[in-house]
Amino acid sequence: MPESELGARGPLPIRLEVNGEERGGDVEARTTLADFLRDQLGLTGTHLGCEHGVCGACTVLLDSLPTRSCLVLAASADGCRVETVEGLARDGQLSRLQRAMWDSHSFQCGFCTPGFLIQATALLAENPTPTEAEVRHALSGNLCRCTGYESIVRGVLAACAGPERSGAESK
Amino acid sequence: MKLPPFAYRAPESLEEGLELLAAGEGEARILAGGQSLIPMLALRLARPSLLIELRRVPGLAGVHEDGSGLRIGALTTELVAERDPRVRAASPLLFEALEFVGHPAIRSRGTVGGSLCHADPAAELPAAALVLGAELTARSLARGTRTIPARDFFLGPYTTALEFDEVVTEVRVPAPPSSQGSCYLEVSRRPGDFAMVGVAAAVVRGGDRVLDLRLALSGVGDRPRLLTRDELELEGQDSPEVLFGQAGRSVAARIRPPEDLHASAAYRRHLSRVLTERALRTAFERAALQGGAASA
Ligand SMILES: Cc1cc2nc3c(=O)[nH]c(=O)nc-3n(C[C@H](O)[C@H](O)[C@H](O)COP(=O)(O)OP(=O)(O)OC[C@H]3O[C@@H](n4cnc5c(N)ncnc54)[C@H](O)[C@@H]3O)c2cc1C
Ligand code: FES
Ligand code: FES
Repeated sequence: MPESELGARGPLPIRLEVNGEERGGDVEARTTLADFLRDQLGLTGTHLGCEHGVCGACTVLLDSLPTRSCLVLAASADGCRVETVEGLARDGQLSRLQRAMWDSHSFQCGFCTPGFLIQATALLAENPTPTEAEVRHALSGNLCRCTGYESIVRGVLAACAGPERSGAESK
Repeated sequence: MKLPPFAYRAPESLEEGLELLAAGEGEARILAGGQSLIPMLALRLARPSLLIELRRVPGLAGVHEDGSGLRIGALTTELVAERDPRVRAASPLLFEALEFVGHPAIRSRGTVGGSLCHADPAAELPAAALVLGAELTARSLARGTRTIPARDFFLGPYTTALEFDEVVTEVRVPAPPSSQGSCYLEVSRRPGDFAMVGVAAAVVRGGDRVLDLRLALSGVGDRPRLLTRDELELEGQDSPEVLFGQAGRSVAARIRPPEDLHASAAYRRHLSRVLTERALRTAFERAALQGGAASA
């Protein structure tokens, strides 16, 4: 092994902020952020579907931006701020988006849910009143094997609707 | 799949990164956004022994503008570039192409330099870089700094003119002539997917005439190629409409598009013709808005 690689496979010490708390650990170079969150921090809300970037189930907020946690090395997230689906509820209260998606039956098996919740949370933070087309566009990188897209889009729209709009759109 | 074992270093200076890369003798790779490299590791399409991440190296990310155009640091994320008002103003074609790159959760990490170095034949940015006449700055310990025009950079699928020990530090995008309009158009299965066919087009307009045109396509061959009026063997005197129709037919006749689950070669050829015509027409119309109509 060349000298440049000595000790560089791990364990590598990392520190990061996860859902507002300082966390840390030793990781192998090849450990992804998703595996670190799930296996070392026990935050199994972040789901792994494809493990190569195409399904979106593992989406987390990394320094406030939606990011595939299966495509980021844990070592690369050293010093960063991470928010996972576990951080969306505050004091046991579901977020407005979680509530609206619950009410709209946006979940079937629930496997894709954490990714959709995080991606939609990021959308609403930037654009609190998206059109339906904007919601569909923003969520186009997330796959739902149960194909419940209609109810997911409806849930996101319900979260940003004032009383008027939700009244008009309810079935 | 889980990633295979490799070593990881995140040097604090470019010199240190270049040393590691050179010492790796082709077994080391630069890790930029990882949005192509990590999937390749997961799928065992690449097996580097060392990843060198450059995020701690100062000065490699960021957009700068001066009178001669844009300078985009190689590590600038696609999202940051897309949202920078200077990119939108100084290079509308690049802005338009960026919007077609992957999904927001990909663009938040994927980098402009990474996309060019990865050289996916269906990627948007290489085609845009060709039409814009972009230049890449590459650095290595052995050869110092050299400038590679986009035209000489893309050699084949996932293959560029970079040597194994070189790092791209910057992409320079010259300011387009004021009478130039541009347009990037694409058809893909979903927003954010790689192009089935993408067309980057620029037209220089003088009054009601086309003074010059440049094209490059994504998704229709082993690499994007710059197509000019000469290469397309277009007649000089015709009306723009006739010219754009000719260009579309000429492109369709010249390409050898791949065939896959999503589109037959014939469908890609059809798209190439239609999108070429449409992109050129739109670029021509936009050139008028930018003052090209006046400067006959
Ligand atoms: C689901 C999904 C959808 C996508 N859709 C699209 C799409 O529609 N269009 C598109 O164009 N792309 C798409 N991408 C790819 C994305 O744009 C990548 O970000 C980009 O291709 C690579 O950039 P990166 O910074 O992530 O590079 P990395 O993955 O880190 O690196 C890619 C390659 O380039 C080399 N490299 C990177 N930077 C440098 C440098 N500065 N100097 C020398 N070598 C370097 C690396 O060593 C590696 O070989 C998609 C990716 C995913 C996961
Ligand atoms: S598990 Fe990360 S995108 Fe599918
Ligand atoms: S609810 Fe089952 S995958 Fe989406």
